[in-house]
Amino acid sequence: MTALLPRRGLAQILALIVILAVDRVVSPQFFDLRLQDGRLFGSLIDVLNRGTPVALLSLGMVLVIATRGIDLSVGAIMAISGAIAASLADSHGLPVVLAAALGAGLVCGLWNGFLVAVLGMQPIVATLILMVAGRGIAQLITEGRIVTFSSPDLVWLGNGAILGLPVPVAIALGMLILTGAVVRGSALGLLIEATGGNARASELAGVGTRAMILSVYVWCGVCAALAGVIAAADIMGADANNAGLWLELDAILAVVIGGTSLFGGRFSLVLAVLGALIIQTMNTGILLSGYPPEFNLLVKAVVVLAVLLLQSPKFSGLAGIAARLRRTKA
Amino acid sequence: MENSPDPASPLLEVRGISKSFGAVRALQEVDFTLRAGEIHALLGENGAGKSTLIKVVTGVFPRDAGVVRLGGEEVAPRSAKAALQAGIATVYQEVNLLPNLSVAQNLFLDRQPMRFGIVRDGEMRRRAKTLLADFGLDIDVSAPLGSYSVAVQHVTAIARAVDLSARVLILDEPTASLDRHEVEILFGIMRQLAGRGIGIVFVSHFLDQVYEISDRITVLRNGRLVGERETASLPRIELIRMMLGRELAETTSVRAATREPQPREICASFENYGKSGYVAPFNLELRHGEVVGLAGLLGSGRTETARLVFGAERADRGQAKVEGAPVRLHSPRDGVRHGFGYCPEERKTDGIVAELSVRENIVLALQAKRGLHRPLSRREQDEIARRYVKMLDIRPPDPDRPVGLLSGGNQQKVLLARWLATSPRLLVLDEPTRGIDVGAHAEIIRLIRELCDDGLSLLVISSELDEIVTYSDRVVVLRDRAHIEELAGEAIDVGNILAAIAADGAAIAHEGRA
Repeated sequence: MTALLPRRGLAQILALIVILAVDRVVSPQFFDLRLQDGRLFGSLIDVLNRGTPVALLSLGMVLVIATRGIDLSVGAIMAISGAIAASLADSHGLPVVLAAALGAGLVCGLWNGFLVAVLGMQPIVATLILMVAGRGIAQLITEGRIVTFSSPDLVWLGNGAILGLPVPVAIALGMLILTGAVVRGSALGLLIEATGGNARASELAGVGTRAMILSVYVWCGVCAALAGVIAAADIMGADANNAGLWLELDAILAVVIGGTSLFGGRFSLVLAVLGALIIQTMNTGILLSGYPPEFNLLVKAVVVLAVLLLQSPKFSGLAGIAARLRRTKA
Repeated sequence: MENSPDPASPLLEVRGISKSFGAVRALQEVDFTLRAGEIHALLGENGAGKSTLIKVVTGVFPRDAGVVRLGGEEVAPRSAKAALQAGIATVYQEVNLLPNLSVAQNLFLDRQPMRFGIVRDGEMRRRAKTLLADFGLDIDVSAPLGSYSVAVQHVTAIARAVDLSARVLILDEPTASLDRHEVEILFGIMRQLAGRGIGIVFVSHFLDQVYEISDRITVLRNGRLVGERETASLPRIELIRMMLGRELAETTSVRAATREPQPREICASFENYGKSGYVAPFNLELRHGEVVGLAGLLGSGRTETARLVFGAERADRGQAKVEGAPVRLHSPRDGVRHGFGYCPEERKTDGIVAELSVRENIVLALQAKRGLHRPLSRREQDEIARRYVKMLDIRPPDPDRPVGLLSGGNQQKVLLARWLATSPRLLVLDEPTRGIDVGAHAEIIRLIRELCDDGLSLLVISSELDEIVTYSDRVVVLRDRAHIEELAGEAIDVGNILAAIAADGAAIAHEGRA
């Protein structure tokens, strides 16, 4: 698998380099890093730090999409887990807080997985239910207020540093490695790709396709819950109305930029996370450039189009013909 | 018909066509000549390059080299539509029309008779009716195309193509899903069109039909032209030699030698097994080293029996036993766990995972059987894939190629490899030779015998009665979703099977037999 990465990820790596170069032009200090109080600071670190929630979401989302599904509820799950974490933070220890918040994500994932795998609902409709209801549940937990906390443990989770890296970045990196180890270290990766590629054929080959589908939604829920805890820890409070709002779309975008087809099958965890970083690098660049943030959405659309064009076989065919024409003229 | 073309002058002339996909050379300097008014069979094994040639000529694939001349003028269509406008029409095995639209709408799609920008439905229906009448078809043209048989859909596609002023008509496996009577009708139409001066390219695996209908034959092998002959002066054995490049292995004589009954141990048994509304309860014993054939017409319950035996469908009565011990078969996973394997009839939708590589497709069932926590390492996967690619002669011999890019026969071999890799005790094969050329056909039949000699138990479904008779030790005959007869030993012949299928329906139940 790793041997395939450079060739498969070429479009994404090129896109990231181009965007970084543009960022360097609009903000000359973009690549500057400095160490202060045992923590690295700089725009690049900001990109990583801000990109963490979407990166975590995309880790779960890429597996769901690989089974030919989609999970629209991850933003709502972030709100639920953030609300639980904030409500418990000042009265309980970090392990309890984490267990409760991640447990909630697991239950949400089980619910989605049950609807899709067992009841056979269409993923987009099944997860729409929790997307709507989840935010309501989060508001019930916070009783409609913005719940703040001061527990140093949880604050550290959002703002501390490990070996100079912000804790959220370290967590995201850890989750990428863990997910990669589980998925590619076991047969899960192959069986997920087979399920997404042709569920009927996989079922007949003895693959437990239901279990595969159930497990990816559960993992997606857990990843979303972790993203929700980090987002709450970052702002030292939970806002049930706005936590994770529309982030499910960024996560889907990250997966698609990472080259995984919405029709399921082949997937790449690393490229999905790279997709999340591409999105965040753009966001940060536009903020630094001083342009109004409204431009953000347009620029994002253009870059997404560019990456997708680079991946499209038809487009590379066109590029090949253009190159041949130039050669014959010369 | 003003100055009808000289019959000897070529209508379609293809010279030196080459086409590569990456490193694979699919066609190498192939020539092909079609005269006006002739029916020309294009033959070759799976992967010989027939489909590629058709697609290059009709502009679906761009060609690397060569010329195509139509009526003496060079043409280079860039799409199937452009080819159609130039006068080259293709009708594929899977008819590419719109089943949800009416027959008339399909016939006049893109060119509906209009008045003031509104489609004139009545006029369209009337013209559709006249057009189809030419082809001896009298049907309700306002009904959706999908509600008619494949034969009617084929004739509709041909009528549309011819009405679009086609001079060359390419028919890719048109008879694969037609019954004998429908084939006769189609042949009548083909002869009629040829009489009008249209040149017809006929691609088929059915050699009987080729001899019945074609004037000349062009044979391709491994992307190269083997030769072009007059059908009447080409002996069948010579044709097969041209297609295979080797003597066809004897398949019929192998059978006779191994027919004497031997006492064998029971591998799996099914007592009063069935599912209401699916298959009537049946008794079936499958022994090691034995091939049991399932014969019957389409819809007689053959595939249904296979799915029950494998566990793809849940029985609601009866008892299944494996090596004498009662087992539960509620899902394919159960079947796989007990050492069963199942190659379904619909390879594309139920068999292969097109996007994944040959290697991944081969190890899929074995990996599913081993479970998540015991992954096959890349080296083990490579080893297994290499072994079966070699053993079954899967071409091209590249384990990392997506299986969707292989020809039908090679995909079938990949599916066989998938199950052989699990070291099964029972293999259920549903139409293992359908849509597969002569060479792969003979190989798969030989393989069935070999597997059987290794002690495997096989349950094989086939519509080809000759084939079933060739390799079966016992034949179960089905009719109307019930097992009605079991033939063994000397009683196995095509006549007896046909007699059983055609027998009076009164004496269906055979519950007492065990």
